[in-house]
Amino acid sequence: MVRCFLIHTVCPVSALSAGESRVLYSRVFGPDDGVLSERHRELSPEERRLLQKEMVTAVARQVRSAVSLSREASGRLIVETMPGEENLALQDADCGVVRLRAGDPFSEETSALWLGVQSLGFTLVCEPHENLLLAEGTLRNMTRHCLEHLHMLGQGSEVLLKSNRIDVLLSRLLPHGQLLFLNHRFAQSLEKEVAAYMAK
Amino acid sequence: MYSHASESLIKQAREIQESELQKFYSRLMKMLQGKDLGHDTVDSLQRLHLILSATKYTRTLPLELQKRFVALLSSPAEQHQVLSAAVLRETLPLTGQELNYYQDNLGQLNSHAAGLLLSQAVSKGDLSSLCTQLLRNLESRPSEGPTHSLMHTLPVLNNVLTHSPECLSEDQMTLVSKKLVDWLRYASVMQGVGTSSGGFFTGPRSRQPVPIAELDGSVSGDFFTVLCVGQGFTEDQWMNVYSFSMLRHWLLTYHSSCSTVDAANRLQLSLSVSHSHSFSNDDRSEVDGSVVSMVSATSSSSRLLPPKERLREKAFQYCQRLIEQSDRKAHKKTDTELQKACLVEAVCILDCVCVEDASLVYRTFPCIKALFGRLSSELSYARVLLPIAQFYLNHGAHTQQRVLAAATSLERKTGSREMAAVDCENVWKVVFGRFPTELFNDPFLAHELLRFLRLNLESIELRVPQYTRYFPNLLKFLAWDSPAMVDDFVDLLPSMVTTGTAVELLHTLLDLPCLSATLVLQHRSTCLPISEPVGRSFVSLDAFRNPSFRGLFLFVLRTEAGSGDTIDRLSTLHELLVEAADWPRVTQCARTVPVLLHVFFNTIVTIADEKLLAHLILVMLERSSLLLNIPAYIKEIHRVFSCHLLRLCKLHPSLVVNQSHELLEFAGSTANVYSKEELYTHVVWVLGEYLSVSCDSRCSVSLITSCFEALEAVLFEITSSAPPTGSVCPAPKVINTLMSALAKLASRSHDLIPRVSLFLSKLRTVTRSGSVAWCSDEEDLVAIVTRGEELWSLLKAPGVAQSVLTPPPHVIAPQWHRDTNVALPLQLRALTSLTHSQ
Repeated sequence: MVRCFLIHTVCPVSALSAGESRVLYSRVFGPDDGVLSERHRELSPEERRLLQKEMVTAVARQVRSAVSLSREASGRLIVETMPGEENLALQDADCGVVRLRAGDPFSEETSALWLGVQSLGFTLVCEPHENLLLAEGTLRNMTRHCLEHLHMLGQGSEVLLKSNRIDVLLSRLLPHGQLLFLNHRFAQSLEKEVAAYMAK
Repeated sequence: MYSHASESLIKQAREIQESELQKFYSRLMKMLQGKDLGHDTVDSLQRLHLILSATKYTRTLPLELQKRFVALLSSPAEQHQVLSAAVLRETLPLTGQELNYYQDNLGQLNSHAAGLLLSQAVSKGDLSSLCTQLLRNLESRPSEGPTHSLMHTLPVLNNVLTHSPECLSEDQMTLVSKKLVDWLRYASVMQGVGTSSGGFFTGPRSRQPVPIAELDGSVSGDFFTVLCVGQGFTEDQWMNVYSFSMLRHWLLTYHSSCSTVDAANRLQLSLSVSHSHSFSNDDRSEVDGSVVSMVSATSSSSRLLPPKERLREKAFQYCQRLIEQSDRKAHKKTDTELQKACLVEAVCILDCVCVEDASLVYRTFPCIKALFGRLSSELSYARVLLPIAQFYLNHGAHTQQRVLAAATSLERKTGSREMAAVDCENVWKVVFGRFPTELFNDPFLAHELLRFLRLNLESIELRVPQYTRYFPNLLKFLAWDSPAMVDDFVDLLPSMVTTGTAVELLHTLLDLPCLSATLVLQHRSTCLPISEPVGRSFVSLDAFRNPSFRGLFLFVLRTEAGSGDTIDRLSTLHELLVEAADWPRVTQCARTVPVLLHVFFNTIVTIADEKLLAHLILVMLERSSLLLNIPAYIKEIHRVFSCHLLRLCKLHPSLVVNQSHELLEFAGSTANVYSKEELYTHVVWVLGEYLSVSCDSRCSVSLITSCFEALEAVLFEITSSAPPTGSVCPAPKVINTLMSALAKLASRSHDLIPRVSLFLSKLRTVTRSGSVAWCSDEEDLVAIVTRGEELWSLLKAPGVAQSVLTPPPHVIAPQWHRDTNVALPLQLRALTSLTHSQ
C-alpha cells in the first residue's frame, strides 16, 4: 500500500527558512500511524492530527533536500515549461527515492518516491514490500494528470483551490492507497471518468 | 509553478479571524440548505477545505454544519461527496450519533465516504466493524449493487489489513480467499460494453460478445488477467484487477502460518496436479458456478483443496500466465512498463507461495529459470531480475535437492546439481557484477538492490559468500549518489568488512571521491562522442581517454576485489583528477566518506587481530598524505584517523611498540606538524603514553631514547623559528603534547630528565621578552610556559614524576569501591560490630 501522496515545494519559499518545504496537498491513506500503535495511544485527536501534519512535513523536508542534492550533483539546468507542455515537463523531471527509516517519521520503514518538476515535488510514500516499479509508473501518471487538470505549469493556485480534483484522481488511480495494475485500456476508461468529472 | 499568489492564499487561510470565520460558516450553512448546490457553493466548500487544511491546528465546525457535510457525503453528485469528505477529514473524527449514522448506511456508502471512515477510525474495533460491513457487501450478489459499488471494497480492506491484520475472523478470511479465487481465475473472457461504442453505424452485430485480446492484439486464448485488453470491461474484470493488485499483500498477511499436519497431503496433491494434463470439469468457479475458460493449459483438481490452498494454486496459475503474457510485444509503451511491473509482482508472488508450500518450488523453478534466461542479458529488465534473485536465494538450495530427488540416473543427478549451482552463480554475477557496473546511475535500481541486500543480509552471507568480493562494484552506487545511498551503506558496510577485505576496503573508501569523479568521466565519455567539441574541456576527460592512464582508471572501476589493495601511481591519479575537487557529485561523495570510515573502524576492532590492526595503522599514516586534494576532505579524514588511532592504541597498547618505527618516522617529520596538525598531535600523544615497558616488555631504553630524540628535535625546530611561509603557527596543543610526551619519556628513563629540564628552562627565558615568532597569541604563549613550568617542577622529583606521568593501571581506573574488603559498607559493619561487642 501507499502511505501518502503529497505535492510540495522544492524551491526556496520566502516565508520559510532554508530547507523547509511548503506542503500544497497531502493525503494520508488509512487510519493514521498513531491510532493503532502503542506509542501514540494516549494522544488526543487534536494531537494526532498535529502529529500527522508534522509527519507529512518531515517527509516533504527530506524529499526537498534529496531533490536539491540530486540537482546539484547532476548540474542540469531546469527548463521552464509553459502550460500545455506537461509531457515535456514530465520528461525533464528529476526522480529518485528516499529511504525513510523506521520511526523517521513512520513507525515502519518506508520508501519515498519523488518526482521533481521544476519548483514542485510529487511524492509517494510506499510500504516496504511494495512494487516500486508499479509505484513509479503510478506516480508519473498521477503527476501528469495533476499538471494537466490543475494547470500547474501556469501561475494559478488551482492546486489549493481545486484540490478536490486531486482527490478524484487519487480515488481512481490510487484508491485508498492501493497501487493498481492498469493496462492502457483500463487507464483510458478511468481517464474518461476523470475527464467527465473535470468538465463539471 | 509555485506563485506568490498561492503563498498569500495560504497566509490568508491561516490568519483568518474567528469572527470572519463564523460569518463564513453561517453563509455556508445557508448555501447548503438550498436545494440546488451551485458553482458558488462548490467554490466555498473548496475554500473551507483550504482554511481547515492550511493550519496544523484543529478548527472545530459548528455541529449543524458538520451534520450537513455528513449528509452531503451520500449526495448523488461525486463532487459533493469528494468535497464533504475532504472537509470532514480535516475536522475531528465524528463520535456517537454521527458514527452510528455512518455504520447504519454503510451499504450505500461510496468510496469517498468509506475512505473518510477509514481515516477517522480511532480503534481496532472501528476497523473490525468496517471490515464486517464491507464483507457483507461482498457476499451479496454483484448484480444487485450499482456498477463500481464493489470496487472500493478490496482497497479499503487491504488498507485495513496493513494496519490491523487481526481484524478478520477465520471465516471472513475464507470468504475473501474464495472471492479472490473467483475474480482472479474466473473473470469473464468476453469484452465488456465499451462506453464509446454506439453511434449511427452501430448495428446489432457489434453487440455480439467479443473475446478479450492480448496486448499484442491477438485474441486471448486463456483466462482473463490484468494484461488483457478490450473495448470495455465488465465488473468482474475490474475486480480481477483489484484482486491481483492486492493479492501479494493478502498472501503475505494471511498465509505465512502454514501447518505441518497437511503438508504431506498437499505434497500428494501438488504432485498429482503437476502430472495431470487432462482438462477436468471441475475447473470452474466454486462460488457462482459460471462456465469458464476450458483452454487453460494448467487445469487442476484444485476443487479438492481447502480455500487457502486453492487460492495459492490459482495465484500460482495466474502468475504463470502473466509471465507468459509478458513475452508478448505490447503496442503501447505504458503497457510494456506494466508488463515489467507484472513480472516483478508475479515472481514475488511465486516466491511467496513457494515459501509457504515448498512442494511448489519444483513446479515453479523451470519457469523462473527460463525467465532468467530470457531477461538476464537485457538491462532494461534489471529490476525484474531482483525478485528472481530473491527467488534463487530463497529456493536455490532447495531446488538443488528437489532436482536431485527427481533425477533417476547418476549422470542426471550430478548434471542437474551442477546446473542449478551454475544458475545461481550466474544470477549473482549479473546482480553484483553487471548491475552496479552499468546501472550505477539508476536511483530506483540502486535503492532496490541495496534494500534487497539489507533485507537478506544473513542469508546472502551464508549462501553467497562471494558477495563481499564485489564491494568495489557495489560502492559505485554510493560514489554516484552519495546522499541517497549513505544510509544503506551505513547498514551494509559492516558486512563487507572482513579480515580479508579490510585493507583494500580502507583504501577504496579513502579513494571514493576518485571513484565518483571517474564515474562522472565515464558517464560523460559515453554521452559525448570523442570528436564532438565539449563546451568546457576537461583535462581529466582527456586523461580518462588516454591509453597510458587506462590502467589507473580500470583499477578504480574494477568490479571485484582481490587484484591488490591499491595502486602504486595513486598520486598520479590524484593529479589527473585534481579538477574534480569542486564537482558537486565529488564533494557530496567526499562528505560521506568520514561517516563510512567510522563504521569501518567500529567494525574492524571487533574482528581484527593485532597484526591486521598494525597494518591498518600503517595505511592510515601512509594515506594521510595521499588523498584527493579537497582541503575540507583531507581535514576530516585526518580527524577520523586521529580518533581511531587513539582507540586502536588504547585497545592494544603494544601496537605502539610494534609500529614504533613508522610512528616515529611520522612524528619526526616537522612538516607534519603544519600539514597534519590533528593527526600529528595524536601520534605524539600515543607515543608518549604507550611507549613504555608497562605496555610492552619489548620496549627498550634505546627505543625510548630514540623516540625522545626525534620528538625533541621537532619541538626544538618549531619553537626556534617562525613557521614556513604559507603555514600558520602551530597550535599550543601540539607544543603542549610534545612537551608532555618528552616529560613522560624522560620519567621512564631518568637520564633524559636533564635534557627536558634544559629545554624547558630555555623556553622560559626565550618567552620572557613577551613575543616569539612561533606563537602569535599572548594567552597561548602563557599557557605553554605554564605547562612547561609544571612539567619542569614535576621532573625535579623523578619518583613522583613517574607515578604521575606513567601511573600504573590500577591508579588510572580505581575500583576500590567494588572491592568487598575495603568497601565502605563493610567497614561500617565491622566498626558497628566492634562498638556493639563492647
